[in-house]
Amino acid sequence: MSDVTVSQTQQALKKSKLQIALRKPGFVIGAIIIGLSAMLAIAPGVFAPYDPNLISYLEVKQPPSWAHPFGTDMLGRDSLSRVIWAYTVNMQMAILATVFAMSFGVFVGALVGYYRGIADQIFGRLVDAIITFPFLVLVIAVVAVLGPGLVNMYIAISVVGWVYYARLTRAEVIAQMGNDYASAGVVMGYSDRRIIFRHLLPNAITPVIVYWMTDMALAILLGSSLGYLGLGAQPPQAEWGVLIAEGRNFITTAWWLSLMPGIAIVITGLGFSLIGDGLADLLRPRT
Amino acid sequence: MIEQKLLEIENLSTTFSRGGMALPAVRDVSFSVGKGEVLGLVGESGSGKSVTLRSVLGLSKRYGDVTGSVKWCGTDISGFSERKMRQVRGCEIAMIFQEPMTSLNPLLTVGLQITETLSAHTKLNGAERRKRAIEMLDMVGIPSAAERLGDYPHQFSGGMRQRVMIAIALAAHPKLLLADEPTTALDVTIQAQILDLIMLLAKEMDMGVVLVTHDLGVVAQTCRNVAVMYAGRIVEQGAVRQVLKSPHHPYTVGLMRSVPQDVPPRTQLYSVPGTPPSLENLPAGCAFAPRCQNTSSNCKIERPMLVNTDAGRKLACFNPVQALQGELA
Amino acid sequence: MTSTVMEIKDLALEFKVSRSIVDVIRRRPGKVVRALNGVSLHMEKGETLGVVGESGCGKSTLARCIVRLYEPNRGKIKFRNQDIFAADFRNDRSYNKRVQMMFQDPYSSLNPRMTAGQIITEALSVHEMRPPAEIPARMAELLDLVRLSQDAAEKLPHEFSGGQRQRIAIARALAVEPEVLIADELVSALDVSVQAQVVNLLLELQERLNLTIMFVAHDLRLVRHVSNRVAVIYLGRIVEIGDSESLFSNPAHPYSQALLSAAPSVDPDDTSGAIRLEGELPSPLNVPPGCAFHVRCPYKTENCTRDIPVLRLIENMGEVACHNAEEIAKNA
Repeated sequence: MSDVTVSQTQQALKKSKLQIALRKPGFVIGAIIIGLSAMLAIAPGVFAPYDPNLISYLEVKQPPSWAHPFGTDMLGRDSLSRVIWAYTVNMQMAILATVFAMSFGVFVGALVGYYRGIADQIFGRLVDAIITFPFLVLVIAVVAVLGPGLVNMYIAISVVGWVYYARLTRAEVIAQMGNDYASAGVVMGYSDRRIIFRHLLPNAITPVIVYWMTDMALAILLGSSLGYLGLGAQPPQAEWGVLIAEGRNFITTAWWLSLMPGIAIVITGLGFSLIGDGLADLLRPRT
Repeated sequence: MIEQKLLEIENLSTTFSRGGMALPAVRDVSFSVGKGEVLGLVGESGSGKSVTLRSVLGLSKRYGDVTGSVKWCGTDISGFSERKMRQVRGCEIAMIFQEPMTSLNPLLTVGLQITETLSAHTKLNGAERRKRAIEMLDMVGIPSAAERLGDYPHQFSGGMRQRVMIAIALAAHPKLLLADEPTTALDVTIQAQILDLIMLLAKEMDMGVVLVTHDLGVVAQTCRNVAVMYAGRIVEQGAVRQVLKSPHHPYTVGLMRSVPQDVPPRTQLYSVPGTPPSLENLPAGCAFAPRCQNTSSNCKIERPMLVNTDAGRKLACFNPVQALQGELA
Repeated sequence: MTSTVMEIKDLALEFKVSRSIVDVIRRRPGKVVRALNGVSLHMEKGETLGVVGESGCGKSTLARCIVRLYEPNRGKIKFRNQDIFAADFRNDRSYNKRVQMMFQDPYSSLNPRMTAGQIITEALSVHEMRPPAEIPARMAELLDLVRLSQDAAEKLPHEFSGGQRQRIAIARALAVEPEVLIADELVSALDVSVQAQVVNLLLELQERLNLTIMFVAHDLRLVRHVSNRVAVIYLGRIVEIGDSESLFSNPAHPYSQALLSAAPSVDPDDTSGAIRLEGELPSPLNVPPGCAFHVRCPYKTENCTRDIPVLRLIENMGEVACHNAEEIAKNA
């Protein structure tokens, strides 16, 4: 009978991790924001009231109203529909601008962290060189070489961004190697590949994933900035940075044009950050 | 005339709570310490021995619920405010911790850390404080004490750091020293030096000592009285010689016999089966019953109280172990 | 007839301490920690060799060299006459099957994200100890061997107590059916009552599986209990090595004597702990010249500060590295 109670408490303990995360209002709000954003990104046509590219010279620069909650732009297009259609591009940025950087960075970071030696020395110098430049300036330099456009922008952000993942992973892997389970793997005669990817990485990955969430928010910001500067998405593509840029000339007469996409950026960014915080608790192994 | 006890603790209980569950870390602990007396508090990890010490000093209040009375020189200090408590701590009761590495402030020189205590608890002026600090370091056996006042903790080895801790603790001439596993992190040859030092100081300054340890050898060699704790309660208490030579509680017996001393080499050691219960899941009756070989039917239902037996000894067991002489040391 | 399983000759290992920028500018030479300073010993089939010493003496370094976690700067380790650091053998993983190790800290030696069952199964399948179909049964057998219940297989390390974790570590080591087990402070982190359980298990397994064990520990009573022979290490050198019972009942080296008398007896009337050493273990960054122990030794003579004593066989005793062992024995 006592065995039953023991297993019940353990059940309770296992469950409580998710419960603790769900009890944090931040995590719940973040999850809701990102869930809704994902829906908008996947099926913007379902939610947008108008065609985002439908030009109507009769309804130019109308302030927010019931018919057009976010107003209309200088070509009479519905701002709400354009902000919603922009979700596809901007959420895509969050993923495409980070996922390659993360995979490559984690891979390199794990290897240099595990093997150290000369490769690690070179890596260290490389990191020093890259992080002394402001991120945005470096990305702009790469885009300038490759030429503007979304794909080139993803390449530029990935080329610079992997370094941050690699640095973080390297530090975590080195910290994990201080644990005897890593030594035990060597003594057991396991291959380096198994020790790195089966033992060290699963324990080192939590802060990387948390950082990834923040980085997705940053990627949206960065992508919009480049769109604003004309280096990322190109008009008439609906993209928040592009939308803000379009509204720039009318900021005193049609403030909603720049404000609404700005709010979308802030809310989505907040969503990723909140999820990141909650994940940190959820993924931490118990000891 | 009855000698006034320094510290008298009655029915001290400390309860922590975690995730809505109440964890009874210490339950109904009572003991007293007189001048120059060294009391050992023995138990395994999680038995509540360290929490008991912290509760005495009011350090557990912030994290849990403490009840019972703690009398210091006849005055109940359990209800003292944090400010009044601070006067008692350090000045009259001092405490040293297990980890000499982390209980010193790494950014302050050792001299400063001693004089800090002195300025908080004495009326000495700067020059006198310095003189006293050198005296203290000298007393705890740190060579060329005057020159080392300006050194930082990392410049001392583990044993030397523990000496510095003791010097800081004793700087204000406390009447009672609470020592929480002071030698566990140290090597045996250094442990012997530190224990000798504590014993010597207790004798010279007529200071009471409560020594928390898991090492029965340390208790046997240094303490006059001993209390054995299991799962938050004292299960056996009395003079060291009596308790260790003829333990009555099956747990004490188990602890004594697990020590590989005077047993034929490479034979099976006596071992207590199972593991200590978790505080979340304490058995209904005697907490030791699931691991005990002397259980009767009432052990699982009813909890034995700690009662006086012979010659000032106390025991909490329905089926005490009687004759073991000859088998034990 | 006994056979030598492991032979260690003149093993030395230095760790370089990284120099600070000030050291580099001032062209101060880099410091080295002399963790091992010429250790020679051998292990016979089926015996337990105890290795004792204080923290920082090099006993764990020695253990880690044997399982190739560290590579020595000098000296050889031969396992069944095979140099384990030879160019054609150093990456041979079959060695890991034959010599296994258990670690001190039960909280860090198991991967916190793998269940006990996965940990043991991994060892079995990587080394193909059994055909895949038989692996679950073998895993169950190993859990049984270390007295863990079968439902332990599904649990993560944090659900076990320290003693249970060390049992899992033992099961993992035994999964590859080794000949030699290196136990580095296996029970030091455990409570006394649990220590006895694990030590009993180890002794029983040794008997049953005819294991050769190196038992590294700082607790002399435990080492005395489990060992056939014992080596006492001080600052990276063996100062005395010999038969366990004679070494403990009649230690020859002044350091062994001090170490023994420092261990507090559980008998309150036994106050024989009379020898108190002066001072502390010198830093391995700065090993004293001559006999490294001379700065703390009550019997030191002039040549102790000059000449390094070598291990030599002394009548009625084991091998001792002390210039004055005979005189000390005579006067005792």
